Amino acid sequence: MGGMQGWLQERLSRRLLLAGGVAAAGAAAANVTGAKGEAAHPGHDAGGTAVAPGGDAYTAGPSGHSGAHGAMVTIGEVDSGRNGFDPGAMLTDWEVGTLSTLPDGRTLRTFEIVAEDKEIEIAPGVMFLAWTYNGRVPGPALRATEGERLRVVFRNYGSHPHSIHFHGIHAARMDGVPGAGLIGPGEEFVYEFDARPFGCHLYHCHALPLKRHIHKGMYGAFVIDPDPVRHPEQAAVARSRLLGSAENLGWQEFVMVMNAFDTNFDGENEFYAVNTVAHAYMKAPIAIARSRPVRIYLVNVVEFDPINSFHLHGNFFDYYDQGTTLTPTLKTVDLITQCQAQRGILEFSFAEHETGLYMFHPHQSEFTELGWVGMFDVREDVA
Amino acid sequence: MRDAPTSDQDAELPGVAAAPSRKTLLWVILPLLAFVGAIAVLIATNPLARFDNGTPPVENIAFERTILDGGGLRVLVRAGGAEPMTIAQVQVDDAYWQFKQDPPGPLPRGASAWIQVPFPWVLGEAHAVKLVTTTGATFLHEIPVAVATPVADRSSLLSQAILGIFVGIVPVAVGLMFYPALRGVGQRGMTFLLALTVGLLAFLLVDAMGDAFELAGEAAPIFQGNAMVVLAAAASFLILMAIGRRNGAPRGLALATYIALGIGLHNLGEGLAIGAAFAAGAVGLGTFLVFGFTLHNVTEGIGIAAPILREKVAPWVFAALVLLAGGPAVLGLWIGSLAFAPQWSALALAIGAGAILQVIVEVTALLRRRDEARLFSPAAMTGLAAGVGFMYLTAMLVKI
Repeated sequence: MGGMQGWLQERLSRRLLLAGGVAAAGAAAANVTGAKGEAAHPGHDAGGTAVAPGGDAYTAGPSGHSGAHGAMVTIGEVDSGRNGFDPGAMLTDWEVGTLSTLPDGRTLRTFEIVAEDKEIEIAPGVMFLAWTYNGRVPGPALRATEGERLRVVFRNYGSHPHSIHFHGIHAARMDGVPGAGLIGPGEEFVYEFDARPFGCHLYHCHALPLKRHIHKGMYGAFVIDPDPVRHPEQAAVARSRLLGSAENLGWQEFVMVMNAFDTNFDGENEFYAVNTVAHAYMKAPIAIARSRPVRIYLVNVVEFDPINSFHLHGNFFDYYDQGTTLTPTLKTVDLITQCQAQRGILEFSFAEHETGLYMFHPHQSEFTELGWVGMFDVREDVA
Repeated sequence: MRDAPTSDQDAELPGVAAAPSRKTLLWVILPLLAFVGAIAVLIATNPLARFDNGTPPVENIAFERTILDGGGLRVLVRAGGAEPMTIAQVQVDDAYWQFKQDPPGPLPRGASAWIQVPFPWVLGEAHAVKLVTTTGATFLHEIPVAVATPVADRSSLLSQAILGIFVGIVPVAVGLMFYPALRGVGQRGMTFLLALTVGLLAFLLVDAMGDAFELAGEAAPIFQGNAMVVLAAAASFLILMAIGRRNGAPRGLALATYIALGIGLHNLGEGLAIGAAFAAGAVGLGTFLVFGFTLHNVTEGIGIAAPILREKVAPWVFAALVLLAGGPAVLGLWIGSLAFAPQWSALALAIGAGAILQVIVEVTALLRRRDEARLFSPAAMTGLAAGVGFMYLTAMLVKI
């Protein structure tokens, strides 16, 4: 019998199976394949005997928490109370800082941000020791208006050196790279610059090694609204983007930071999401009033994967790459791609649609199946 | 201790004979008290707190069984973490799936549980199951070829029995059928045949130990696979030696029986592994491979025949020897396909290896007794080479 074991120990490749088949299949011995295997094939008769809470994986409809993904979803719920942030609330949670007036009459907007280590639950039951801005991942979604003076007071309560590197126009001294605003634990630094250009931007830690500091959670959205006075020819459009204006209140605005987590530190992400929690908007769809237009500030910070994307089901949108224009850079698309740190504004409307659940996800199926997928719950009205 | 001294030397040891039992008892209790005291200090003062550097506990999961059926897939996992560990999420082919754990909850060290996933697997394709624990650690299990796991119905048991007969019983029977032809060999021919037996057994020993270690490596660390293999092999070797030598060194039919037993135990381990391969979907077992195994194992029959060439043996004894050597292959196939875990196959192979070592020793002893001068004669050397060489070359037919 010597040798049989060795043969078994070989990686049983697909090729081996084929070779066996060519060798005329060892008589009765091989009859376990073929008919029997097919007959027992799940998806055709998995329903009754299956352990699946969602039943047959192929045919499960949108029901309960599993949504349109049947049984292909994480199980359980993330404890948002313990995390200190809720992915649903995060969508509209803008950090506008405190306003004051400078001697020259300009507006000064001050943000206070601390870096701290914090263990967060990124998927039900899965803990991740994150490095955070203000205890949340992504960090606070900063929002300012074009032309203001911005002052960001940054304190590092974490265990490693950190910085805030803003994507925007600023002096080298304010860049947040080593030697220019990168501070050790216990230190403080104040970044100052003008809010420009208007658009959908981001900030992140620029301490080294960069990959680790970013994927551990140090990033956030940084939106500068256009000042309508500076854009008289498109003042109406600019006003609709200006947070708090009458025109802006007609919009349903959401901020989404596409991120991912490498929980076992092998250089590949185990969980993908928008706003950290895998499948969060699958289990609790984002309510949208049918009649009002939707604007999404979308930022990609996913580490390790070169590209991410956003695909909307049953609808098309206009896209403003980096948000620095008041006319769309792409019109009528249902898919955009973003490399890391790329971002933009999506505008669409469900006014002509039936109500119902409309899915959104990246069209990298892998990311979708690893947690980055959600639903818009389009309703007649939202309370 | 109170027994009378067995020798003068014992009697001279101070205190042995005269030691009062109370004093002895004290010297049993004192070390135990010291041990309890040390544990108490460890718990009370926690001097090891300095080693707690904030890292997550070490976790380990071994996959012992995989079952694919109409309800999806199931894996039996055994935890080996420093602390109880919790499986938080389950991926199949890089996608998260709902799953059920039975029994639910954290898995203490050494505990096992079934993980059931309603995954629509695809016949003949590869799948990968990845468990994600609370700490974010991942444990991967590959299913190289997905096929429905055989269930214990009549047709699958029958087809496994047929396979077992072809790779276990047929070759031994064919080898033994050379018996009448071999009876006529002379002194040197006999030496050649016995040496050939040693050679083929040596090949099996190396092969079995290699496989046992490999399987042991797949088992959960808590079983300490390598130590288990060595200890099991040594124990089976020593027990069989002790039994075999009760009435002097075994020879003739007794020796043939021991050879058959060793080969049988080895075949049991192999059968377990083949049965497991059934369960794992390795059913690309073509006619050519079965033929290869049959040819490969023919020498086993010749080996069993060698010690009884000079004896008168009843026909039923041959049947019994064939069953003893080849039958366990069928048994192993059945058990292996229904309840496989790598540690049990490793254990069976190790016990078989110990049994094979015993017969190597005994056949060599027989060779020596026959004529010490001829232990290294050309006949013995060519026999040894023929045994090992035949096994090695025929193994090439079945190595992929």
